[in-house]
Amino acid sequence: MSRRAEVALWAAQRLTAALLAVFVLVHLATIVYAVRAGLSAAAILARVHSSLAWPAFYALFALAAAIHGAIGLRTVAAEWLSWRGRGADAAAVGVAIALAVAGLRAVVAVAA
Amino acid sequence: MDSAQAGSGELAVDVWRGGDDGRYQRFAVPRRASQTVLDVVTHIQRFLDPTLSYRFACRVGMCGSCAMTVNGKPRWTCRTHVDKVARDGRLTLGPLANMPVVRDLVADMGGFFDKWALARGQFAPTATRADPFAVVDPASAARREADAAIECIGCGVCYAACDVVAWNPAYLGPAALNRAWTLVNDVRDGARGKRLAAVAGDAGCHACHTLMSCTELCPKALSPTRSIAGLKRESLRALLSGKDAAP
Repeated sequence: MSRRAEVALWAAQRLTAALLAVFVLVHLATIVYAVRAGLSAAAILARVHSSLAWPAFYALFALAAAIHGAIGLRTVAAEWLSWRGRGADAAAVGVAIALAVAGLRAVVAVAA
Repeated sequence: MDSAQAGSGELAVDVWRGGDDGRYQRFAVPRRASQTVLDVVTHIQRFLDPTLSYRFACRVGMCGSCAMTVNGKPRWTCRTHVDKVARDGRLTLGPLANMPVVRDLVADMGGFFDKWALARGQFAPTATRADPFAVVDPASAARREADAAIECIGCGVCYAACDVVAWNPAYLGPAALNRAWTLVNDVRDGARGKRLAAVAGDAGCHACHTLMSCTELCPKALSPTRSIAGLKRESLRALLSGKDAAP
């Protein structure tokens, strides 16, 4: 992988980290709020259905987590398992796709 | 052993002997007042085993050649008092980590210095001797950045302390990157783009995890971590603006 691509991955890792820092806080605060207010699963689903903002938020969240996690695992593989090169890159892309599909599937299931 | 006991008793010193596949050998060394770890090593070589190999030159913290692993941490042995590091009258001394062992306490620093060259640690002049002297404002932001990192004497302590070097053998390491940062901030230098390209990527500054062992253990109290953070910023900026020379 070229140096330019490595720097791009590093930047993507930092950018998604910054996004996730906000997303995770919003996510946790929402959970705490929903539980404290005594909302049922049905009530939560009804609110999510009637909104475009929540599915959009969680779609971004899922994509950021997929990108961030895959880049991080690629680094872990290189440094801890000495697994580098095309095979490791392909595995990282696979992880990113799997995470993104799983996350977006959940978003669609809740929003649709 | 605390300083109250200095001048009496003995130290039990485990010293690495042989090459990469060597082992530790125990020596009993008399305890003295104001004793440095280098004094201990010198006592062993002069009075107990003249075959012990180790490096030193200035004895006063100027040359950086006496760096070794002392109780698991890289240090200048000439500037490390036994009082400060001995635990229960025991010392463990080895060669610097992350480098091949030549013999006993001597590590092969060839790879370490090769990485300075790979990081383009050489000054690339833009003027000739016919030109007038460059005027560099000492108060300028770039010069202050360079000044903060310029005092490195290449002892290898940061490189031996760095976990990322251990995990990623291609990683250029804190010293080479710190050197590159001083040149990136040198207004007289003409290789900025090529240097920022040379230090980018997973063998360069972007591999740093900001663990800060280099900064904690640098005997000159420099912060290679800060220099590497600067390189990350500048090389990303160069990449985004198309001014880098990255492949």
